[in-house]
Amino acid sequence: MAFVELAGVCHAYGGAGTPLAVENLDIAVEKGEFAAVVGPSGCGKSTLMKLATGLQFPQAGTVTVDGERVSRPVSLAGMAFQAPTLLPWRTTIDNVLLPLEIVRPHRSRIRRSRAAYRERAEELLAQVGLEGAGEKYPWELSGGMQMRASLCRALIHAPQLLMLDEPFGALDAFTREELWCVIRDLHRTTGVTIILVTHDLREAVFLADRVVVLTSRPGRVLEERRIDLPRPRELDVTFTPQFQTIVHEMRDHIIKARG
Amino acid sequence: MRHSTITWAAPTAFTLFSLLLWEAAVKLFNIPPFFLPPPTAIAEAFVRFGPAIASESLYTLITTLIGFAMAVVFGLGLGLLVGASRTIYAGLYPLMIGFNAVPKVAVVPILVLWFGIGGVPAVLTAFLISFFPIVVNVATGLATTEPELEDVLKVLGASRLDVMRKVGIPRALPYFFGSLKIAITLAFVGSVISESIASNHGIGNLMLQAQAQFQVPLIFAGLVALAVEGIVMYALMAWVEKRMTGWAHRGGHAA
Ligand SMILES: Nc1ncnc2c1ncn2[C@@H]1O[C@H](COP(=O)(O)OP(=O)(O)OP(=O)(O)O)[C@@H](O)[C@H]1O
Ligand SMILES: [Mg+2]
Repeated sequence: MAFVELAGVCHAYGGAGTPLAVENLDIAVEKGEFAAVVGPSGCGKSTLMKLATGLQFPQAGTVTVDGERVSRPVSLAGMAFQAPTLLPWRTTIDNVLLPLEIVRPHRSRIRRSRAAYRERAEELLAQVGLEGAGEKYPWELSGGMQMRASLCRALIHAPQLLMLDEPFGALDAFTREELWCVIRDLHRTTGVTIILVTHDLREAVFLADRVVVLTSRPGRVLEERRIDLPRPRELDVTFTPQFQTIVHEMRDHIIKARG
Repeated sequence: MRHSTITWAAPTAFTLFSLLLWEAAVKLFNIPPFFLPPPTAIAEAFVRFGPAIASESLYTLITTLIGFAMAVVFGLGLGLLVGASRTIYAGLYPLMIGFNAVPKVAVVPILVLWFGIGGVPAVLTAFLISFFPIVVNVATGLATTEPELEDVLKVLGASRLDVMRKVGIPRALPYFFGSLKIAITLAFVGSVISESIASNHGIGNLMLQAQAQFQVPLIFAGLVALAVEGIVMYALMAWVEKRMTGWAHRGGHAA
């Protein structure tokens, strides 16, 4: 069985009978896989994230994570969003440590062994290129640096599943591509399973093993495509004809489906 | 350096200039002192009635501070409650709006009916008039927690209380301390109103009596005493706000 599996999932925020946000969704993500979800605005991508992490429960169908039917928040997941949402009264490193003050079993330990945890947070910060920025406050960081810190916060409790909801949407093109490489490296070194929601087909094709395209609301799977570009991928790959063919084909398909 | 000199010198110069202008206008246009006394006459009243003004000011200050302290405790509690629960918010909101719409002067006679003439109605009026901005500010601060951040924490198994402790309350603090400046000013309004309607003490009562005896400079002296108290308390609250929530003023914390 896949690590994350949505089977026949329907969800409506207002309860049964109200307009569906997603309909008959079937998605399976293997352990260690990097999956990307693209689709028009309002098609239910964020809803999919909430369903997979146990923040919402489906009206119909089942959601399974790590072999267990989801009936409460899935604490083996970490999340990051378009807005970095760092707390302005905490330093960067204390922001990164925040999840450990919540999640079991760390919450009962962090008081006693804060030093050890700080070391781990500093390692993570160094991995995303933020060495030495731990004592800075969020407003002293650029948007890209805040996003990196937000990624560290999502990863600090060593989650097995990383959920990224348009994490680079607010960044300029250069910073975005830098962060693609950061995510790519994190995926390779930690082996974490990643589900990335994005509007950017190039981003999806560059990063993911598989791209899932959703229809407009209510979201259903329109197309699933395996990306067989060899890893490790460098940014140069985005200029190859092979890469651009994939992007073009997917774009054509989406446009035709919208008709 | 230059900047700080200006921040001190400018207001002082303006105040002195206005006082001079006032004095000159009274002399020049022969305004009778029982209509508008000149600053010198007010200063004279201060010297003559010094002990009375001091003791009544102190009385008003204490009355105000007790009412204000009650407002802080009650306002903070209710604000946290209203901000934390959508049900409580929905249930209490119309009630609070209705309550806030009632001019508090109109409540004084009822308070007198219940507690008699004196300090208690003044304390309660100060309390009633000043707790509302605290409630609204604290509740607003709590309500502005980003839903994404809430999701990040809820996935990890955070309870409502966890989210409040880690995010909601720290986020509400600048709003809370900001509201104290408004609340203390309103508390003075409440206690003085009540004193001038139904009390034998306080600056409000002193001004009422001065009016009855046609001691116009003393009325103005009372006003000045109130202004001084109000400014000092406001400055104190502003200072507390700055001390407690440096992070909310961005970069300002470095200075
Ligand atoms: N909390 C909510 N309550 C009610 N309806 C909601 C809620 N959240 C989302 N919806 C509705 O569900 C549908 C799917 O929303 P969702 O946020 O999943 O879209 P999305 O694909 O993430 O869009 P975007 O690309 O703009 O972020 C939308 O039509 C939206 O109006
Ligand atoms: Mg979304």
